[in-house]
Amino acid sequence: MKPVSQIVRSIDKPLLFAGIFIIAILVVGTAYTLIVDGTMTLLSPTYLILQLKVASFLGIVAAGMMIVVLMGHIDLSVPWTIAASAMLATAWGGPFAIPLGLGVGLAIGLFNGIGVAYLRVPSMIFTLGVNVMLRGFMVMLTGGFSPSSVPTPAMLALAKGDIFGIPNPVIVWVLVSLGIAFMLTRTPFGRYIYSIGNSEAAVYLSGINSRLVLVGSFALCSTLCALSGILIAGYSSKAFQAMGDPYLLPSIAAVVIGGTSILGGSGKYSGVVAGTILIVLLQSVLSVMQMPEAGRQIIYGVVIAAMLLAYGRGSRLRV
Amino acid sequence: MNNLKMRLSHNTGALIAFTLFIILYVFYSSLHPRGFTSDLFVQNSNEAMALILVAMAQTLVVILGGIDLSVGSLMTMVNAVASEVVIGSGWEIFFGIVFCMIVGLCGGLLNGVIIVYGRLQPIVVTLATGAVFTGIALLIRPRPGGEVDGDLSWVATSALSELPATYGWWTDPPGWFSLIAGIPMPLVILAVIVCGIWIPYRNSEIGRGTYAIGSNEAAAYMSGVRINRSKLAAYALSGLFAGLAGLYFAVQTGSGNADPIQAGTYTLNSIAAVVIGGASLMGGTGGVIGTIFGVMVLRSITFCFRVVDTDSVVGFLANPLLQPMFEGLILVIAVTLGAARAFSVKNRLNMFG
Repeated sequence: MKPVSQIVRSIDKPLLFAGIFIIAILVVGTAYTLIVDGTMTLLSPTYLILQLKVASFLGIVAAGMMIVVLMGHIDLSVPWTIAASAMLATAWGGPFAIPLGLGVGLAIGLFNGIGVAYLRVPSMIFTLGVNVMLRGFMVMLTGGFSPSSVPTPAMLALAKGDIFGIPNPVIVWVLVSLGIAFMLTRTPFGRYIYSIGNSEAAVYLSGINSRLVLVGSFALCSTLCALSGILIAGYSSKAFQAMGDPYLLPSIAAVVIGGTSILGGSGKYSGVVAGTILIVLLQSVLSVMQMPEAGRQIIYGVVIAAMLLAYGRGSRLRV
Repeated sequence: MNNLKMRLSHNTGALIAFTLFIILYVFYSSLHPRGFTSDLFVQNSNEAMALILVAMAQTLVVILGGIDLSVGSLMTMVNAVASEVVIGSGWEIFFGIVFCMIVGLCGGLLNGVIIVYGRLQPIVVTLATGAVFTGIALLIRPRPGGEVDGDLSWVATSALSELPATYGWWTDPPGWFSLIAGIPMPLVILAVIVCGIWIPYRNSEIGRGTYAIGSNEAAAYMSGVRINRSKLAAYALSGLFAGLAGLYFAVQTGSGNADPIQAGTYTLNSIAAVVIGGASLMGGTGGVIGTIFGVMVLRSITFCFRVVDTDSVVGFLANPLLQPMFEGLILVIAVTLGAARAFSVKNRLNMFG
């Protein structure tokens, strides 16, 4: 038997803090419902599964965002990647809606990747511009007339159906998570992503085509956003213009709360999952507690800052 | 001569932005039915002013080598505050304005304190404080509304000639006044802010420290720059500019509106404007003057779409459905040309820096 302190120390710090905080949120929320309604709604399996379902949309986006952040980059085109792929899938897809949506995401990602890797525009700027361009593109396509925004039966089934009581989006999220975790820890590509985050010059000098890794990662990130967009469209039964807006900042927050350095090079995927669940649960419990929007925003901001101060601090400047 | 050459090479980005602005704006106003008139300048400078101030706030943080995701939210918060306090008698309005500026300053200082003493990255800290600022704005103003002094509103958004006319300084304006009467008031306010705050700051020890930290923090530390003091001052000043943006926005619209989406748009546009204005996101270069022209370029692009003749060869540009698309495209091209390192590096290894 190892001493307890050693076991505690071996646990990932972000995971530990996020876990404690998730339990704290549930305890506070349950205390509230017990006092007000005399029920424990928050601990019922139905509620928790519903939360996991809602979290899966953010979780898939955050998985993509994490890959990009690990390389020391960022993808600000997330909102309109989600919206554009979902809107195009519903408008033009027909029976091929899902592959078309994913294809749109892949194309956006390749474009982002080429801009960042070959033209060497800072990713923050380039993806920001791409976001504006996509918005304009969608206004052009849908402004004058309104094409179909109704998801296909396949999309509806993917987003609303379940297997043995587990909602399909959660299953998709689990599969994506397993894939990303495997890729990051067990494949050369994953190793390149971490090493680019530490020093792209060193990776380049080691004879690795670092640009191709960048393009691949951006493509993967945008494809995951597209997947999430397809699920959201199915879940809310339509694709609409602002559907991606609530996912950009929360996905960045989930990644950094999960212990990934915003400068790149370090972070574990398990932390991102914990960060996603924390954010979704926090938002949900606050709305159960009928907290007005103002209070929700303030608590949300304070929680992110507090979590980062607890374990995300950089080292003192040493010369 | 060498001095001049050095100064020019240090401000290439700003000069390009300036030239681009002149070309776009001359094109625009020559096509505009009202042409080169004071009315048109007043209208356009009103449209650009709030974004200019927000982008000035962003510039300070970018010079330090960071990104501020909270400038738009801080502006929204001060906008909400201003819609409560900038009303009443002369002194009440005066103290209301001062209060708004202090709120902005404190917001920026809060960012600075967390970033400096918490040793966190600016982008993630401001992501969190941005949510807090939006929350406070919603707390103060759950619904759009409020009121700002009408006279102030009129004076701040008109030509300079309205300033003495509204407050009745003189019945008979002196002869020299007619020379400057047509200058838009926002530009006068901007000139006062730049000459009164930015230029003294830029030339002070603290201001130079800001640039030194942005280019190389370790070297700045070894050279005796007081890192923490300089950083805190830069964030506080950034907050002050964001606060002024919120104040101006409230004065301009005559009300307060805690709109998180609008806050996000302002933040993102401010980043684009700073880059077009010649600052590097790596830090250490750029300045408020360049940023001002960066915003003017961004806005001029929008203006130009308004005056395109629908029957001409480029008539399709006038289609309102296509405009957002072209605006985005031009934004991508502008920032790509401005920021891409692929075209300028001599050694391939430098590219990864």
